[in-house]
Order: sequence, then C-alpha cells, then structure tokens
Amino acid sequence: MTWLASIGIALRALRVNKLRSSLTMLGIIIGVAAVITMIGVGTGAQARVEEQIKALGSNLIMLLPGSVTSGGARMGAGSRNTLTEDDSYAIQREIREVEAAAPQLRGTGQVVAGNNNWSTVFYGVTPEHFEVRNWVIASGKGFDAADLAGSAKVALLGETVVRNLFGDGDPVGQVIRIRKVPFVVIGTLGRKGQSLLGQDQDDVILMPISTARNRVLGGSIARQRTVGSVFVKIREDADTSEAESQIRNLLRQRHRLQQGQEDDFTLRNLSEVLQAQEQSSRIMTLLLAAVASVSLLVGGIGIMNIMLVSVTERTREIGLRMAVGARGRDILMQFLVEAVTLALIGGLLGIVLGVGGSYAIGHFAEWRTEINLQAIALAVGFAAAIGIFFGFYPARKASRLLPIEALRYE
Amino acid sequence: MESYTVAALRGVSLEIGSGEFVAVMGPSGSGKSTFMNLLGCLDSPSGGSYFLAGEKVSELSGDALAEIRNRCIGFVFQNFNLLPRTSALENVGLPLLYSRCPAEERRQRAMQRLAEVGLAERAHHQPSQLSGGQQQRVAIARALVNNPVLILADEPTGALDTRTSFELMGLLQQLNRGGMTVVLVTHERDIAAFASRIVSFRDGHVVDDQRVAQPADARQLLREFDKVAA
Repeated sequence: MTWLASIGIALRALRVNKLRSSLTMLGIIIGVAAVITMIGVGTGAQARVEEQIKALGSNLIMLLPGSVTSGGARMGAGSRNTLTEDDSYAIQREIREVEAAAPQLRGTGQVVAGNNNWSTVFYGVTPEHFEVRNWVIASGKGFDAADLAGSAKVALLGETVVRNLFGDGDPVGQVIRIRKVPFVVIGTLGRKGQSLLGQDQDDVILMPISTARNRVLGGSIARQRTVGSVFVKIREDADTSEAESQIRNLLRQRHRLQQGQEDDFTLRNLSEVLQAQEQSSRIMTLLLAAVASVSLLVGGIGIMNIMLVSVTERTREIGLRMAVGARGRDILMQFLVEAVTLALIGGLLGIVLGVGGSYAIGHFAEWRTEINLQAIALAVGFAAAIGIFFGFYPARKASRLLPIEALRYE
Repeated sequence: MESYTVAALRGVSLEIGSGEFVAVMGPSGSGKSTFMNLLGCLDSPSGGSYFLAGEKVSELSGDALAEIRNRCIGFVFQNFNLLPRTSALENVGLPLLYSRCPAEERRQRAMQRLAEVGLAERAHHQPSQLSGGQQQRVAIARALVNNPVLILADEPTGALDTRTSFELMGLLQQLNRGGMTVVLVTHERDIAAFASRIVSFRDGHVVDDQRVAQPADARQLLREFDKVAA
C-alpha cells in the first residue's frame, strides 16, 4: 500500500463524515491558533522592549540623589539634596569610561501659547542631554553653551506639546509662557512614543538647566547647584561595571563619605533594567505558549476519542477490508494517516486563525504582535506529532481486530 | 469465570472440486460458520490441514492469509457489506486497492465486472441509491474482481425478496456454469436446491453429503414467478 494510496483512502474516509471530521479538528485548530497568537503577542512585547533598549543606546546609567532606602528624593524636595551639577561635570571630566554626563532638573507647570494652554513637564538640561538621551531635533535648533551661560529663555517642545499648543502650526520662533515666564521656541523634538511604563515621552519641554534653575523654578533650588538626576553614557568599548565603580568612588569622594557610610545617591543601570524586562517578557511568552499548548493537548485527546469511536463504528468495515485482503499493517496505516491528516488540516486552519488572531489583537488592543515563523513551524510539527501520538492507539486497536469477529459485529 | 474450549468442528474431512456448486446447511451451532471461516482463510484450524488450490494454507501467518484472501477468495455476505457513501465502482475496486493495483487499471477492471453483473450504468451510485438486489450484485462484482479461485456466499439471499433471490441465484448459477467454484451457506432448502451438492453439518460433524442430479434452475423459476405475478 503506497503512501499516496493510504492518504487517498484516509481523505475519502474523512470526507464521508465531514461534520465529525470538522468537530474533531476543532480542538487542534483552536490549540494551534492559541499557541500562535500567544507567541505572537509575547514576541511582539519582546520586540518592543528590544527596540527601547536600542533606542536607549548601550549602557546608560541614571544617578539619583538620596539612597534607595530613603526613597530617592528628587527635585530637592527632601532634605537630601546631594547630587549637583558639578558632580555631573566632574564625572564627565574625570572618568575615562564616561562618554558624556547630562544633569537634569525637573519641573512641572502650565504652559500658555496664545489662546491655548497645556500642563506639562519641563526639564532643565545641558546640550549633552540630546546625545545622551537620544533626542532628535526635528526642526529648528538646540541650545548651546552661550544659552546655558546666559540662562537664555529658549525652549524645545516635544510633539505632544506642539500639537496641544499650536495644532498643525510651526511653533519655532513663537513665544510661549512657562509658569508665566516668556520663552522663545527655538526647536521641536523628534517623536519618541510611549515609554514602557506607558508614559507619553513626547509630552515634554527642554530648556537650559541654568534657565530652569534661575528663571523658572526659583526658591531654594536657585541658590543651590542641585539636580534631580544625572544621566551618564558609558563608552561603547568600556567595561560597564568598571565605569560604575569609578563613578561611585568619585561621588563618594566628592560627597566626603566615610568608609562604611551608605551612598547618598542611587546608581541605576538602565540597560540592565530593560534587559531584565526583556527577560521577563521572554518568560511571559513561554508561559503563554505553555498554557496554549495545554489546549493543543486537549485537541489531541479529542482526536484520540473520536478515532476510538470511529474504529468502533467502523468495525464491520474493518472486517470487510480484512476479508478482501487488508493486512493489519494496512488498517493501521489507514487510521494513522486519518488521524495525522485530521491533525495537519486542523493545524493549517489553526495557523490561518492564529495569524488572523495576531493581527486582530495587534489592531484592536494596539499591542504590538509579531508573526513568528518558528512558532508556526513548531505548531505544525506539534500538530502532526499529536496526530501520530493520539492516533496510534486507536489505529493499533483497529489493526488488531480479528476479521471474523469484526464481520460479526453489530 | 472458567474458560473452556469449544470444539466447533470435529474430524471434518472434505474435498471440493473446481467448478462445483456446494450448499452448506445446518442449524446454528452446527459448525457450518466455522467451516466457512476456515474455507475463506479467515481462521486457521487448531488441528489438521487445509489445502486451497494445491497450496497448504492452514499454517500461514495472518498477513499471508490476507494475501490469499485477496487473490483467491471472493466473499458475498448476507448484509452486502458495501462501504457506505462510496460509489459502486470504488466498492468493486476495493480488493484491487489492497493488491496494489494502479488507479486506472482498478477503475477499468471494476467497470468490467460491474458490466458483467449488469450494473454498468450504476457505477457511480452509492449503496443507499441501490436496491437490495443491486447491492448484492455489486458485492458479487467485488468478489469477482480479483479473479478468485472460489466464491464464498454466506446467506446471500437472506436480505432479499423472493424474486430478487431468484435473480441472484441465477447469477451465481451462471458464474458456476462458466467454471467458478461456488460454496454457499444457507438454512433454506429452497436456496440449497440450486446447488449441485449439499453438505449438512450437525454438532461439528458432516452428517450428510449428497450430490444433486438436477439442481433447480433459477432462471426458469424466475420466468415462472413473473408469469404468475403478471
């Protein structure tokens, strides 16, 4: 009995009872579709994290004042105003492994332009900030050392701010008021999209740090040189842990910390944070796939069930086939091929449904999903294996029937 | 629960010549079914031997027996045993599938046999679209398709009415006249009367083995039946 003949017999037998075949396949279809969709969602999430990592650039370190245990004060709101602008300059200047260090002072406030107003976040930064934090200047220009020295009232607006204050109009050259202080818009920032925490990264204004300190924030902040955070970019070829310990030592020295005293600052490696997130989204993908695989398993059990029923129902037919010359082997092949064919057709339909489901989720939930070819191949192989595994027992049962008894079966 | 062996056949010794038309009779439990199963290579004897067309088949394996059945035996059953939702043509070609016959040759040979039993125009009908008599004729065509040595019919007219029974027996007699060996199991004397030899079983033994000089002529009886019915 050639393979082709066996497949022909199997297909004919499946076609004879279309409804039963369809219902049997349902388990496999749903199982395969579930696996593919889940892996699609998981892979999409992973890809997003990877993208963020790439956008971040390699090896970015964030320094915050205050130690972790005291809650990490920022903006000088707490008593621990321990991180200063000069710390940042020192880091850039004295540590070999550091490519650039960018201090940052954060504030919030109402911004007014003409008839529109918008509440947003603004950061006082240095020119290094653009490179260290991967900001692209979309139009206009950035500010320079002169602006910094003179506390110039110039600002660059993020996309969301532009849209809410100026609609489709060009903001460059316009005057806006930030916390009632007039600023000239000298540029706009390229799009960054949503952060991994769901924050709108384009809802932001950048201005020189001196301007923020002296002209906008005022109060005690103006009298000190404290900053809310410092971002440090490590050189590509440098050893990150070496750089981290250098930074730590330098800061401890500058802050005159004794041996045994805690750091009065927090050092966080952002790339590591993202990598941890990537790891956890990878685990999430595996978990989702595992859960979906359970449904695939159930589909396989469904096939076995139906094949057993089918064998029992077709006992007379099996007896007849044996009477006209089918060997046990031929019957085994027939039913095995039937099971595998069911599983494969179900698998293919499941792929179509799974790919469609991935797209649907991507579209409606606005989650990123990716079609993973590996997952598809895996799902098909799994479906075939399930067909063989769960079809084998019924097929063997069929092949072992004695022709006389089978022919007599009511 | 104790299990015990039933000796279905005891010391049966029989010879059936090529071209004979034998009817096997006997009450239930007489061993006639066991005898037919042995004859048809569906079972092997626990003792003794069975020679089919000169070949000793009694000690062959299951697979080998399957091949013997495929090549040498044509079965006809009381309930036709056709594959449902499958065309007559495919039904007739079934044995050829298992002798690895290519598709086109299968189709041709099946078609030929269907024509021989007068059902060429119904080749693509399914069993549900055929009458009882027609289904049984398809079964006979299937039994003939691989040029067997022997046709084994188990109560072939059991599910048919009188007129159709005459038709069918007429077909069997015609095949027998052409040289085919036919062995028939029946409990009806009327049907057994068409055979040229009647073997009777009881309690696992052959109790009677008679040659019939003038077997009934099924075609004749059919003509008479139609005259009366008209």
